[in-house]
Amino acid sequence: MVVTEAQIWDWLAEVKDPEIPVLTVQDLGIAREVLVKEEGAVTVKITPTYSGCPAMNEIEQNIRQKLEAEGVEKVQVETILSPPWTTDWMSAEGRRKLKEYGIAPPEGSSADKKTLFGTEKKVTCPHCDSRNTKMVSQFGSTACKSLYQCQDCREPFDYFKCL
Amino acid sequence: MENDKLEYVLRLGDNALILGQRLSAWCGYGPVLEQDIALSNIALDQLGQARMLMQYAAELKGGEATEDGMAFFRDVFDYHNLLLLELENGHWGDTVVRQFLFDTFNYFFYTELLQSADERLQSIAQKAIKEVTYHAQWSAEWVIRLGDGTEESHQKAQKSLNDLWEWTGEMFTMDELERRMVEQGIGVDVAALKTRWDDKVAEILDLATLQKPEDDWMQSGGKQGEHTEYLGYVLAEMQHLPRMYPDAQW
Ligand SMILES: [Zn+2]
Repeated sequence: MVVTEAQIWDWLAEVKDPEIPVLTVQDLGIAREVLVKEEGAVTVKITPTYSGCPAMNEIEQNIRQKLEAEGVEKVQVETILSPPWTTDWMSAEGRRKLKEYGIAPPEGSSADKKTLFGTEKKVTCPHCDSRNTKMVSQFGSTACKSLYQCQDCREPFDYFKCL
Repeated sequence: MENDKLEYVLRLGDNALILGQRLSAWCGYGPVLEQDIALSNIALDQLGQARMLMQYAAELKGGEATEDGMAFFRDVFDYHNLLLLELENGHWGDTVVRQFLFDTFNYFFYTELLQSADERLQSIAQKAIKEVTYHAQWSAEWVIRLGDGTEESHQKAQKSLNDLWEWTGEMFTMDELERRMVEQGIGVDVAALKTRWDDKVAEILDLATLQKPEDDWMQSGGKQGEHTEYLGYVLAEMQHLPRMYPDAQW
């Protein structure tokens, strides 16, 4: 079977993140590069969000399964570290889906995250759009999220923090 | 000297692995759910960084060497982590203060490692610095909270700080291996980090109303493989399963 890189990208757009199932690996910008060799062997290069992200093995497996199910015979998934993943790579569509799911999407650019002991970030509540929110904990249910609470609607929510 | 590089990478990997293993023991025991989760996440980041470094070390070693082999089949004297990181967790304040002292060092360390002439270390640093920045913020905030908290939390945090201080000197002592690595542009001149570390630590301790201890006699030896009695216990627990069942699969 002859596949094109565009076709592979379309299939990757259907592979979901195991921890935030509304997002695909494409929304997250985890898949960085697709290479199709002449005889049909496919290499997908992925980059971890966090170095200890426990979902990476599953994501790798899911990509492999998806492509094999579509008839690609030789699938290789390679992990690359550089350039490091940043929330800037999350697509606009991904951000919209996150908010709808109840997780506040990363705000602003990741560039300002490199300062040590910075001031607390103001985040918009994904439920009522209030800016009157407060960080409860730097680390939420997974390393990529912080836990916030809205002071207006009182709902707690996860914030996908900038990296 | 590829052997130099291998040992250097292992030192960094061992720091991340031993601290990650120590912090993992807090999982389920944190004082409140949010902080239990925070510390578990920090532990996970450390283990992730350890994996990147051990994978690299295994490649440098070549032959049959693997990431798991590096972690599970080396003995105490082949470990090169800082002594500070193998100490017992103690109470919450001890763990928080140790984390703060190391995170602050680690932040400045990885900031410098971004400039390494070794491309692989450079990419590992790019990844690690983002995570370490969050760790350093978290532990600094907790030092302030405990120091500037109740009378009891203040006293306990001050005692943790006094007790741990003698273990901080090793972070900034250069040995021959580190000098050679710095000469080649690969490693970090840790002695040069001391002033920045002192300033940042002083700033946070001031906010925490804690007294910065005087530099006095310092413990050393971890980087060269001379450890406290505690490391043996850490390794025994961590290595027991793969040594008992070398082909165990999840
Ligand atoms: Zn709200």
